[in-house]
This record gives sequence, C-alpha cells and structure tokens, in this order.
Amino acid sequence: MAKLTFKTDECKGCGLCVEACPKGILQLSKDTINKKGHHPAECVDQDACIACKSCATMCPDCIIKIEK
Amino acid sequence: MAEKVLMKGNEAIAEAAIIAGCRHYFGYPITPQTEIAAYMAKRMPKIGGTFLQAESEIAAINMVYGVSSTGKRVMTSSSSPGISLKSEGISYLAGCDLPALVVNCQRGGPGLGGIQPSQSDYFQATRGGGHGDYHMIVLAPASVQEMAELTIRGFELADEYRMTAMILADGTIGQMMEPVSFDFAIKEAPEKPWAVTGTKMERAHNIINSLYLVPDVLEQKNFERYEKYAKVAENVALAEEYLMDDAEIVIAAFGIAARVAKNAVNAARAEGIKAGLIRPITLWPFPEKAFKKALGTAKQFISVELSMGQMIEDVRLATECKVPVSLCNRAGGMIPSPEQVYEAIKAAAGKAGK
Amino acid sequence: MVVFDRPHALVDIPLHYCPGCTHGIVHRLVAEAIDELGIEGRTIGVAPVGCAVMAYDYFGCDMIEAAHGRAPAVATGVKRSDPDNYIVFTYQGDGDLASIGTAETVHAAARNENITIIFINNAIYGMTGGQMAPTSLPGQVTQTSPYGRDVKACGYPVKICEMLSMLEGPEYLERVAVNNVKNVNKAKKAIKKAFQNQIEGKGFSLVEVISACPTNWGMTPSAALKWIDDKMIPYYPLGVYKDRSAGIIPGAKEEA
Repeated sequence: MAKLTFKTDECKGCGLCVEACPKGILQLSKDTINKKGHHPAECVDQDACIACKSCATMCPDCIIKIEK
Repeated sequence: MAEKVLMKGNEAIAEAAIIAGCRHYFGYPITPQTEIAAYMAKRMPKIGGTFLQAESEIAAINMVYGVSSTGKRVMTSSSSPGISLKSEGISYLAGCDLPALVVNCQRGGPGLGGIQPSQSDYFQATRGGGHGDYHMIVLAPASVQEMAELTIRGFELADEYRMTAMILADGTIGQMMEPVSFDFAIKEAPEKPWAVTGTKMERAHNIINSLYLVPDVLEQKNFERYEKYAKVAENVALAEEYLMDDAEIVIAAFGIAARVAKNAVNAARAEGIKAGLIRPITLWPFPEKAFKKALGTAKQFISVELSMGQMIEDVRLATECKVPVSLCNRAGGMIPSPEQVYEAIKAAAGKAGK
Repeated sequence: MVVFDRPHALVDIPLHYCPGCTHGIVHRLVAEAIDELGIEGRTIGVAPVGCAVMAYDYFGCDMIEAAHGRAPAVATGVKRSDPDNYIVFTYQGDGDLASIGTAETVHAAARNENITIIFINNAIYGMTGGQMAPTSLPGQVTQTSPYGRDVKACGYPVKICEMLSMLEGPEYLERVAVNNVKNVNKAKKAIKKAFQNQIEGKGFSLVEVISACPTNWGMTPSAALKWIDDKMIPYYPLGVYKDRSAGIIPGAKEEA
C-alpha cells in the first residue's frame, strides 16, 4: 500500500498534482487554509494510490513524499 | 645582487604575476597593454596555467570572478575603454569581497580616445568606477621594476584584504624597456575558507554573493567593508618623498608624470628653489600623511598630471586647502615636458616669494 | 520504502517561487541528477539574475551568484580553475541567457567549454514583473509589448538551440518542456545527460527547458501548462538539436 505525505504548510495550492493524478484522488482542501494562506493539496483516498509519482513529478515545490 | 633582465613594463607585470603564483589570466586585446596577454599566452601553457582570450572585457572580468571564487590568484589586464567595461565585474568582486588583480594601462579618453599614455582614469580607479560603495587598492608604478614589484604587492594585498588591487599604469611605462630584477620573496596566499571549492559533503555550502534584499543587512555589509577600508587606509598608504625636508614648492605626481617632475625638481633645486616631490605609490588609499607633513614647509603644491586635473582634488583634500594647489598638465595622450613643470615651479616660487 | 522524496542536493527550505511556477520542478531535476551522479561534493553552481537569483540558497552544492548574463563566463573561470575536479553548471533564464548574456552564451558554446547550462525559457521577464523577453512569442502581450509583440518593431524571438546548433563547438543541445509528467521525465533524462557529458569531458551541454510563468502570463497554473502545448512548443519544437557523440550534427556535410 502506498502512502502519500504532503508538507502541507509549504503547499501553494497550484493544483498541478491534482491534475496529474491518474486516479483522481487528490484535491485542494476545501476546509483548510495553510500558513501561507493557500488551500493545500490533500489525498482523499490513500488506499487507491498506486505510487505512480505523477503528483510528485509535477509538484513545483517538492513537498510530496511517497512510500510504498 | 640578483640578475636583471631588460624588459617591457607590460611584460614585467606578466612575469611578476606568474612569480606571485597567478596561473589564470583572462583578457581581451586592447592597445597599449596587449603585451601582457601575449606574454601570458606564451608562458601559461608551459607552466600548467590558463591563458584565455575572452569574447569581451566583460566576459574576461567575469572569468576572473569565477576563478577568484575558487580561491586562486587570478588577473586580467586592459586599457581605459576596456576598464569601463570591466567596471561592472569589479563592482561585483567588491560586493563579494573577492580578491583579484586588474591592470589598467591607461590611454587617453573619453570615449575611444587615443592610444597614447594618459592618467585620466584616476577618478575611475580611486572612486570606484562601477556602481555602489566600494574601493579598490590602486597602485601606481613609475618604473618597470615597480611594475613587477607592485604586481606582486597587489596580489598580496588583494588576498590580505579580500579586495581588487589595480595596477594603474599608463602606455609609457607599459611600453618602455628597463632592467628589472625578479628576486622577490612571495607571501603565500592565506587560507580561504570562504571559497567555493566543492563541499566534499563535509561542510555546508559556501555561497559567493552580493545580493542582500534586506536593507539593514546590506547596510551592515557596507559598514563592515568600510571598517576594512579604514584599516587599509591606515596600513597600506604609501608615497615616495623626494627632497621634501625643506620643500616650499611641492610637486604631487604619480607614474610617468613623477619621472618628468623629478627632473624639473632637480632643475629648480639647481636654481636655488626649494622644490620637492611627493609621489603617491598608492592612489587609493591616498597617502594623506605625506601631504599633511609637507604643510610644515610648503607654500604651494603643484599637481602634475596627464589629465585635466583629477588627483589635484585629493591633494586639496589632503592639504585641506591650507596652501594654494595648482595644476600643471597635458591631456589626450600628451606628456608634460620637464621644462613645462620647471616653469610651473618657477612661477609658483615667484608668487610664493612675494 | 520511500519511492519519492526531496533530493539531497535540493536544500530543505521553501522555494520563493509563485504557485505553479515550474522553476521548482527544474530545480528538483537538477538536484536529482546531482544526487544520482554522486557529484554534489564537487559541484559548483552559478545562479543568474532573474527569478532564479536565489537558486544559490536552494542547491546544496557550493554556489556563486553571477552578474546578469555573465554566468557562462563565471562558470568558465570556475571550470578552468580545476577542470578535472569541479563539475560546474549555470542555471539561467531567457533574459539572462538569450538577451544580456548572449555573447557569453555563444562563446562558451563555441569554445565547447566543458560546463552544463540549464536554460529556462518561459518567454517573459518574471522577476521584474512580466516584460517582453527575447523569447516572447510574436503577438505575445507583456508589460512592455502591451499590444502584442510586434515583430516589425521589436523583431523575432531568439531560438537558442537552433542558433547554437550551427556552431561547431557545442557537444549537446536539447530542448525539453516541463508541462506534463511525460515531458518532465524526458527533461530529467536530458539534464542528467548534460551533467554526465561534463563528467566524461565531452564539453558544452545545454538543456533548454520550456517553462511556465503563470503569474506573468496571467493564467492559472493549469492553463499555463496547456499554453506551453498550444503556443510554446509549436514555436519552440522539442528535441535533440545536437549530440555530437551520438552523431546528431546539424549542417554536417554528408559523407560522399
């Protein structure tokens, strides 16, 4: 099972990871606002993650860690 | 006594640089300093050094910036219009506190000017030339021997104070041939823990940089740099004083102008005029003490220059305008004759006598 | 098991770039290449003037900040200082590399200087707030081309890879983009190769990276990546423009 970790406070909410995810399991949080004032990216279904690294590949701030 | 070699001034600079341990030279051809590049082109490949003819003076000074960042002794040379182009890089060297040696074998200006000797880059050299608050150590040789000596001194001072040292020569001394001895004791370059030499994964990364976006940090950097400059002013200022014990008419002249002026001082002395000469060897820091001391006997100063009068401002500042300071000059590549300087001394002595 | 994390050569501090700016992706690719080749301890990077000016804080190797456009000359000095040991790269934007520093770029290439250049082409001046770049597209609206870049008045974009490929000097020139996963992966390979070439002493290697500037293009990050596909890539075709070792040499005479 894959595990995604975001450095939520460094996320700028650009959404490039959301768009890159082939499983459609990422979104910009609707409820939370991080230290920078952005709606940070989050994973809504960890179990569905296939650790394809697409999100991390497109993240301009290098805040995603993937474990398997 | 060490053996002497007959050499051009420009070649003496190049050979001295090699003796000082400089193994990297970057330049761009311009008259009247090209012998330095030609000498380096011949010698550097034989001793495992680098000679590179850059695409421009701007590129050359930035190559110097690169080598200096790695902690090695490095130099470039040019002549007046080329030094204007290098001034950007010299400002960056100052902003990063990087040591380097820059030779300006001056020619007449402004603009493309001419190719004959001049001293009209005095302001540019002593006031900075590039943007921002900074100084270079400016050394003014008056003989081929001094071209060699001050080159070595320049490398040593540059390393000691992490500054650019400039040899402010002119076309005459660059081109003239005189016997020169290269019997020097060289001070080893100090440790340079700030240099970028690769972290070897053993330390945090070093950064060579002059960007400080927070104004009080940049202000502090400037304050610190000027504290260093104050030390340089105290320790490095140097002048030759000639017949100054009782001098009433004092010539201020550097480089080739000083050689001309010395003849005139001798002629004046032969006529009973108490003339003397202060020859600044460092133009920045300006040897103010020699001038203040001269005020004890001086009735008038005469600044002899190959320019429209630039050093004269420093003479006035150093003497606080306590006695008159006049100008005896030629410009545009012309050199004052000993007779012209003698006449200026005579006129000053006549006035002073009244 | 960790399958993806920040590379060691990318210092663990937040990047100052705007949301969706692809500088961060390219920084990571450079750092990954440095990690994978095991060269961080002997690499010296040269940062430009432009949005990436503070790249000196982000890369873990020793760094130098160069004057605007002069990075290839600075890198030349560093490389010549210890050619067998130092691995030297510059990271430059389009204003820096293709406008004010054109001479330094062209001549470093002509000398086949054994350095690696990462060239970010986002068709705009980012740091100063969105002025026309040497690479701005014909008709592109910027702060200093408010009616669109008029090629009659201000000429045509500079195509660096095409231009340098006509020189005999350079070893390797490739244009890549970072607007989707596939392209980023290709960009990674190109950047790594550009470092590998230097390690092997092959010479001047430049990777032009078509990048996005959502802020100054006035687009969302997602729209900016699409604009790369729609507008940038048709004008700046991706691919290898020169690879001497692989026999890709444009303009070379056919064997008789």
